[in-house]
Amino acid sequence: MSVRQRAPIRLDATLRCGHGQLLALVGPSGSGKSTLLRMIAGLSRPAAGRIVCSGSVWFDDEAGICLSPQQRRVGHVPQNYGLFPHMSALGNIMAGLHHLPREERRRCAETWLARVHLGAVGERRPAQLSGGEQQRVAIARALARDPAILLLDEPFSAVDRATRERLYLELAELRQQLSIPVVMVTHDLGEALMLADRMTLLADGRTLQSGTPREVMAQPVNEDAARQVGIRNVFDGEIVRHDAAAGLTWLRAGAHTLVCRQRSEFAPGSRVRWVIPDGGVRLRSAVHDNLAQRANRLDVRVRSMLTLGDEAQLAIAMDGIDAPLHTRIPARLVAQLGLAPGTVTTVVLLQDALHLLGGNV
Amino acid sequence: MDWPALWLSLQLGGLTVLLLMPAALFAGRALAYRHFRGKSLVEALLAVPLVLPPTVVGYYLLVGLGGKSLIGQCFERLSGHALAFHFSGLVVASIIVNIPFAVQPIQRGFEAISREVRDAAECCGMSFWRTLLTVELPLAWPGVLTGMVLTFAHTLGEFGVVLMVGGSIPGQTKTVAISIYDRVQAFDFDAAGRMSLLLLLFSVAVLASAAGLARRFGRRYGLPEL
Repeated sequence: MSVRQRAPIRLDATLRCGHGQLLALVGPSGSGKSTLLRMIAGLSRPAAGRIVCSGSVWFDDEAGICLSPQQRRVGHVPQNYGLFPHMSALGNIMAGLHHLPREERRRCAETWLARVHLGAVGERRPAQLSGGEQQRVAIARALARDPAILLLDEPFSAVDRATRERLYLELAELRQQLSIPVVMVTHDLGEALMLADRMTLLADGRTLQSGTPREVMAQPVNEDAARQVGIRNVFDGEIVRHDAAAGLTWLRAGAHTLVCRQRSEFAPGSRVRWVIPDGGVRLRSAVHDNLAQRANRLDVRVRSMLTLGDEAQLAIAMDGIDAPLHTRIPARLVAQLGLAPGTVTTVVLLQDALHLLGGNV
Repeated sequence: MDWPALWLSLQLGGLTVLLLMPAALFAGRALAYRHFRGKSLVEALLAVPLVLPPTVVGYYLLVGLGGKSLIGQCFERLSGHALAFHFSGLVVASIIVNIPFAVQPIQRGFEAISREVRDAAECCGMSFWRTLLTVELPLAWPGVLTGMVLTFAHTLGEFGVVLMVGGSIPGQTKTVAISIYDRVQAFDFDAAGRMSLLLLLFSVAVLASAAGLARRFGRRYGLPEL
């Protein structure tokens, strides 16, 4: 899918999802995630672009092709499920099966209800079902039509935490049985990491980055992508040299010299932006010097500390760098490590986690 | 009790509902779902009969449907009689005056159907007519019912427009509201009181039943109240 338009929402996005793959569309509210999903379904028409599914062209502005949702065979599960409130669970599934003879319609709907473990509640209306049951009816209705693609718009946002955990497992299980592309909109990075094969980051209607969730989260292409995947530690630096034999790149940041995976596309002397996720920062142990012999070992000072529940958030000052280094540690370790605002300690920035923005990832 | 006048009012109410509803359904649906330039102006024009004095509306209808107007002349040529001061003219006037009473509740009824439900109907492969008949109308029916009831009850009670366009011809244009007025003019307060009480009880009963049905429907399907 590749779409472009200026109004009503500015879009310039390219998405690709293979058969049997689950693609997570991740972005803040208003980034165009749901609009893209509606465009795939044919519920909204882009100004320009091309949408192709399993070799069949659904939309092509140059060729003048724009299939209706009825012609596209799409399984769409909207955020609040869009169930027909006046029909039973069974009736909802049968509503999508008008292309089948009447007897077959009922049999097919019953089979799908049983597949989502709702065989006993077929005669209940949506208002009589729990949030999780409603979601399962909506998924059964979407899949019963034998769609060419399944679209899930924030499927877990309207249910409580316990139900959500259960539904993650059910979706993961269901996915293994599906050979069609599945596109899921979410703003939860954890969901994307857990369920998706690929992930696309969106901001202001633009595709920022695509890749496996681990790649995107560990190696954001730019500052926008880094902020979106929750990385707060973004700093300036200067490339010092590359060591091809060791596969390393050395850079200077403030008063420190740091090392990371080799990125020879940056010439020595060039200015770069580098990031490190919270989890890439290790603090010195209280009992032994666990950081001895490690690269990127820095003497630092705790600038401020805030305890939130079981977790303490630290802002750490590094010599010659204005912006603080953020990290989180379990709250119980604060006393063990003798940490308080003003404490001088040692940290290591894991070289595999230190990432240079831009260039060829 | 002026039974012929009551019967004429019931006929007028029934015909107005029957003829106005199909157009009101499509107008209400279009206003609920379509966004077009000048939509506010269209909505304002449709609501005009709500705020203008009935005599003003009646005057314009009399001029517009009278023997000197194009519509009046065409109708007279086709049917052999004038629209003004005739039952058919009363029906036309009643339809026009009742447009906001029919369209607005129907529009609200369609608006109450979530976009997700309408999208789901399309993604389920339903055609326009199947969606309208099996999804939209069953869900919008509290609005449709309210529109029908308001139109019927308002027609029964309409006075100014009926008097201006139809006059007070017994058996032809003299409705129950005009008859009450005539009775009062003739100091027959007993008859006027009986007819007024009947109209009052009828209106309250019909409106209360419609509101109760709509609420029960909403609770049953977990829909927001109109």
